[in-house]
Amino acid sequence: MRNAFADEILKLARLDERVVVLSGDIGNRLFDTFKAEFPDRFYNCGVAEANMISMAAGLASCGLRPVCYTITPFVTTRCLEQIKVDVCYHRMPVLIVGTGSGLSYASLGSTHHSFEDIAIMRVLPEMSVLAPADANELRSCLRAALASNAPAYIRIGKKGEPVLFAEPPPFEIGRWRLAAAGERVCILACGTSLPAALEAAENLPDIRPQVMCCASVKPLDREFLGTAKFDLFVTVEEHSLIGGFGSAVAEFLADAGLATRLIRAGIPDHFLHDCGEQDHARVLCGLDASSLARRITESLGS
Amino acid sequence: MKDIAALEGISRAVRFRLIEMSHRAGTAHLAGALSCVDLLVALYWTRLRADPSAPTDPARDRLVFSKGHAVSALYTVLAMRGYFPESKLDHYNEEGAGLPEQPAPGGVPGVEWATGSLGHGLGVGVGMALAGRIQRQSFRTFAVLSDGECQEGSVWEAAMLAPRLGLGDLTVMVDFNKWQATGRSTEIMQMEPLGAKWEACGWSACEIDGHDLAAIVQALHEEVSPGQPRAIVAHTVKGKGVSFIEDDNNWHYRSPSADEVAKARQELGVA
Repeated sequence: MRNAFADEILKLARLDERVVVLSGDIGNRLFDTFKAEFPDRFYNCGVAEANMISMAAGLASCGLRPVCYTITPFVTTRCLEQIKVDVCYHRMPVLIVGTGSGLSYASLGSTHHSFEDIAIMRVLPEMSVLAPADANELRSCLRAALASNAPAYIRIGKKGEPVLFAEPPPFEIGRWRLAAAGERVCILACGTSLPAALEAAENLPDIRPQVMCCASVKPLDREFLGTAKFDLFVTVEEHSLIGGFGSAVAEFLADAGLATRLIRAGIPDHFLHDCGEQDHARVLCGLDASSLARRITESLGS
Repeated sequence: MKDIAALEGISRAVRFRLIEMSHRAGTAHLAGALSCVDLLVALYWTRLRADPSAPTDPARDRLVFSKGHAVSALYTVLAMRGYFPESKLDHYNEEGAGLPEQPAPGGVPGVEWATGSLGHGLGVGVGMALAGRIQRQSFRTFAVLSDGECQEGSVWEAAMLAPRLGLGDLTVMVDFNKWQATGRSTEIMQMEPLGAKWEACGWSACEIDGHDLAAIVQALHEEVSPGQPRAIVAHTVKGKGVSFIEDDNNWHYRSPSADEVAKARQELGVA
């Protein structure tokens, strides 16, 4: 996904001379073409994320469209107050892109995991939170976020995620898309959890769950949630069960007085001490296709 | 340029306004507002290229007032420069009056940034100065910081980046009044040598008496090496201008009584 980010932001910079990329000392060689083409629109801000965000807000206040890019924990929680005050309070069109989100950096340990970024970013007024499922949806999200003229946070993976969409799919902030049609059960897949959700649905031919691609975490697709007729919603996310996408869906259902059952797959309320690759961590957290299918079957049987 | 005696008269008038406002509104942070008055007067009357009738002109010089707790000083200077009617100051901190105790975005004209959480303003100023260069504009950016604020790590993140970006159109002024909310800033953290810290980060730094208007004006106009940001460390007295407020940190939170307002009027020689 990060290669797609570098490629798409280069394309967007060619179309919009206001685009400026700020990197928190990451992306070695990734931005070489960008730097060569736009030497005065790429800045390595060093290992100093708080300043990077304030600086982005200052750039945006003068009419530029800064894009801040580094590893997710460092571009979200590390500099939260700068995001709250300088970006959101002033409603500056700053785009924050966190790479290696969720369990992407499972092997690097909890310092590099981000299980809380959705919760913390979505609580900020004015902020949109987007979690694309693959490299092509990331391109769509980048375009939509830049067009929104408001603060936006995009959480992406790192590299090697399966490509699900042959080209950038139609994407609107606040709208989800159908990924696989079904009935009774609807899996709401957030971000890079979509492949596991689709595989789980394939493994349940008798139930035939529907799968929705939910890249717009804030705002939710309120219209879909408010009108869809299912017995069970299943949210899936590489994020803490506290405050994330599943929590947002639960809040919506409760506020709307909807009695649809909900089960939430996500990361339990503890640090992940076991080292290993992303797929291993997904199994530990019940976020792999088999675990999801099992939970759905059990839930329907109970 | 205005003559120095005239600037001093403006400073006295600003100070008395601040004392009245703090009394009427019962607000804190009077002393920290009084300490930076001369810096703001020198900026707004001799240095900033900014038209009060066009406060959002993209070509304007920008001032990020980073010590937001002292914004009453900025409000007063802006009103006296004609950004909005001075009568508005009588409603400082009143509900719905648009002059909150700490600055808000989209408030009165001339307030560039909602500060109040310390350590943000210089980074924002770095962004503005960089935007000016990217857009080939020639505006200057100024940031006024408190000394306590310089304990925030984010200040030094910005301080170490600005020289590498070659932001010669950026000036920081530190209101070094030697106090913070609950004690001597120089005792709580290793503040000194403050000018040398900026210099070590790559800035062209100078230290001046922050109440000597001639010195402030000179420091603001001095030519420094191109591409190098400027740091002016202004040694000030918290509560400057009124004997019973000066250097008494109780006035970080206190507001003056009617009697004290009358005494201050006498001392400042304001009609």
